[in-house]
Amino acid sequence: MTSVATMTKVGIADYNVVEYPNTIMTAGLGSCIGLVLYDERKKVAGLVHVMLPDSTMSRTTSFNGAKFADTGIQLLIDSLTELGARESRLKAKMAGGAQMFDVKSSNELMRIGNRNTEAVRSLLEDRKIPIISEDVGGNKGRTIEFLLDSFQLKIKTIKEGVTYI
Amino acid sequence: MSHQELNNIQLDVLKEIGNIGAGNAATSLSQLLNRSVQMTVPVVNIVSFDEMMEEVGGSDDMKAAVFVRVDGDVPGSMFFIIAPEEADLFIQMMLDSPSASLESHDEMAASAFLELGNILTGSYLRALSDFTQLEVIQSVPTVAIDMVGAMLTQGLIEISTETDQAIMIETVLHDIEGLEREMTGHFFLLPNPTSYETIFKSLGVQSND
Repeated sequence: MTSVATMTKVGIADYNVVEYPNTIMTAGLGSCIGLVLYDERKKVAGLVHVMLPDSTMSRTTSFNGAKFADTGIQLLIDSLTELGARESRLKAKMAGGAQMFDVKSSNELMRIGNRNTEAVRSLLEDRKIPIISEDVGGNKGRTIEFLLDSFQLKIKTIKEGVTYI
Repeated sequence: MSHQELNNIQLDVLKEIGNIGAGNAATSLSQLLNRSVQMTVPVVNIVSFDEMMEEVGGSDDMKAAVFVRVDGDVPGSMFFIIAPEEADLFIQMMLDSPSASLESHDEMAASAFLELGNILTGSYLRALSDFTQLEVIQSVPTVAIDMVGAMLTQGLIEISTETDQAIMIETVLHDIEGLEREMTGHFFLLPNPTSYETIFKSLGVQSND
């Protein structure tokens, strides 16, 4: 029997999990972070596309948890655990956190990319999940896909083409 | 006020903003190029963030964009988005140089595109201010050529602290006289959620709450 790998697409402020041989991707990351958590032994991976660093920024009491780094990481870990992953075995790869426009503004939200990156790093450190590789910052858009056969994160940009981290 | 609660009168007001804003921008552009410029009837859509990206060709589609941050009474973001090869047609007309191109790292082309963006967004926002009698302050426009999703998200950050949907006021410029190829430029005005109340109040439109 042959199995056909499918690619799961994750939208903005969204998350999902996949099992080998399937892959998971998200397109057009700017200041957002695409964070992949994976368990090499179970061959499962999850991806969350977060827009903002912290759920305390929400002005509404009910909100979509995948939008924020803190609640998004929790959702991802919960779903991966349901697939048999163990939190102590999880590893991370991430990309994004760019600043697409060079805007001179006192508004903090204009530089959200850096804050997203810092928030994800610190949340992962608290949970003792190592970041194996990352491609963050700069002023470029990124489309990413995580491959469960090699545990590589494929990154596509307009100017640099395809790289793997 | 949540977006779903917008009534027909309110939607019409937002369409009118798209109409006069882009109308004013089209007039400025036709003066600049000395050709007539057409535009479509504005569309006001309440869309998810992903739907908005689909609207302009998908998140990782390459586009040229002018971004302006709007402050004052109606904070929000404004974009003018166009395919790079279509932006080149504008630039070639502006510079009277058939080889000018954004993708060849041509500084003249880049500054012409910035100037184009400046004129289009400036005249759009001036019309918004005249129509609503509200103070509209615009940041210095900045341009980028990259994945459209990556660029448009900049305008969704503030909105996303409150909702998962954006009200997209979209008007398309097209059919420029004397050209063999059609050019399509999209204006997106993305006011922050609190700005709607201000706009409606200023125009005497009853708010829902």
